[in-house]
Amino acid sequence: MASVEQNMSAERPPVLLDVEHLTIRFGGLLAVDDVSFQARRGEITAIIGPNGAGKTTVFNCLTGFYRPEVGRLSLRHPNGAEFLLERMEGHHIARDAGVARTFQNIRLFQRMTVLENLIVAQHNSLMRASGYTALGLFGARRYRDAEAEAVELARLWLDKVGLTPQADWEAGNLPYGAQRRLEIARAMCTRPVLLCLDEPAAGLNPRESHELNLLLEGIVGEGTGILLIEHDMSVVMEISDHIIVLDHGSKIAEGRPEQIRNDPAVIRAYLGEDDEAEIAPDLLPDQAGEEGIRP
Amino acid sequence: MTPLLTVSRLHTFYGNIEALKGVDMEVHQGEIVSLIGSNGAGKSTLLMSICGNPQARYGHIHFRGEEITRLPSYQIVRRGIAQSPEGRRIFPRMTVLENLQMGAVTADPAHFEQDLERIFTLFPRLAERRNQRGGTLSGGEQQMLAIGRALMSRPTLLLLDEPSLGLAPLVVKQIFKVIEEINREQGMTIFLVEQNAYHALRLAHRAYVMVSGRIIMTGPGRELLANPEIRKAYLEAS
Repeated sequence: MASVEQNMSAERPPVLLDVEHLTIRFGGLLAVDDVSFQARRGEITAIIGPNGAGKTTVFNCLTGFYRPEVGRLSLRHPNGAEFLLERMEGHHIARDAGVARTFQNIRLFQRMTVLENLIVAQHNSLMRASGYTALGLFGARRYRDAEAEAVELARLWLDKVGLTPQADWEAGNLPYGAQRRLEIARAMCTRPVLLCLDEPAAGLNPRESHELNLLLEGIVGEGTGILLIEHDMSVVMEISDHIIVLDHGSKIAEGRPEQIRNDPAVIRAYLGEDDEAEIAPDLLPDQAGEEGIRP
Repeated sequence: MTPLLTVSRLHTFYGNIEALKGVDMEVHQGEIVSLIGSNGAGKSTLLMSICGNPQARYGHIHFRGEEITRLPSYQIVRRGIAQSPEGRRIFPRMTVLENLQMGAVTADPAHFEQDLERIFTLFPRLAERRNQRGGTLSGGEQQMLAIGRALMSRPTLLLLDEPSLGLAPLVVKQIFKVIEEINREQGMTIFLVEQNAYHALRLAHRAYVMVSGRIIMTGPGRELLANPEIRKAYLEAS
């Protein structure tokens, strides 16, 4: 059994993120309790579990919002550089370590346009080009080039998330689902090596969830690793390479989607019994095998 | 019989953008009515217009025969309409218990203990965290609290905006069961908006389909569920 697992891991891409013994406590509440897992380059690693299990807290530790009491969070870049995220400030994690995220309750710059949101995301590279001075304001060549490049990257992502026609809208006026896509585009404009998505499919209908799947598969196809928190099983089971299950702050299972789907502990704590049988069969004669119908 | 809620030729604007373009719909006493449609169709705007925020520019809303179109929101709540808004607008600095008490301010205090017990049975998580501040709850727990707070007012008409948003699959199943239960046992009338069209249609006595600020179709929930066009547009992935 052990050798089988070793063979399997040998075929998988290199480790991007290594989380060891992560523990964080809020007052008397043990929010994350000795959790270890890995995420790999070019893979989608999902974190699922009941509400309040500690999923977002893990993201908040990875992105510097919280500092864990115990645990090591190491991120390994393809060029060999290693970053210990638990010791870094949030803005350094974003800028130097290359970790970008989205939020469960969308946090865009509501009064800026869609395009402006994507330009602001590239603030760091623009500042570098300006030499951290006001040179940029006087039209230094290097800054103008960097700015043109920033607009080009923004346009590329607008196109990928299908928001080009809304480029000049105020972000706050976009429908909910479009705001979620804009958050992903904004995160990708920082050129991250690890993208953390907190419930990207919440509020999306089945068709939009399917489009999201294609978008995320495209992102990992170019080598970025994705960590995904999501309750929509038509997303998680469809696109994840590896799934971690948390309950009450502890890891209760991990594995491939087909293992997790049939794991009794996961069914009990999270998925619930399959109630497909309750669907009136006369109304849905061909429902079996249709991905779009969510149980 | 006069409907409990009648919305006629309703137009709502955000600045110059016309979000509702003449909506007609009604909800009868004792019904569960669902509203489905794509993101940006205007579903939440309709729920919010019923509560007077934003107020509709043209058209009429009648509740129990009385026109409420121009009433301030707090007056509308007193007449027996409660809403669980999209995006969990709970009071973050109040405890879970205090949030639920806020929901009950317009209700008969005689029911308080019993209603609280029901919310805690429904969401044991909220009972565990009753003295924790709302803002420190996880996203899904905040959603439970928003629904619980709306239920605490014992409304005649309960408006639910995306009740399943951000909830674990097991809890989503529970939520829809509970909606059915409070409708059947207490006769509470429910009007809900859902992206999860499958659950919403299965549950509903009647449903409306909204596209670009207009109602384009209506019928019994299960009939719409079986309608090939509806299935193609809202239930299937591609």
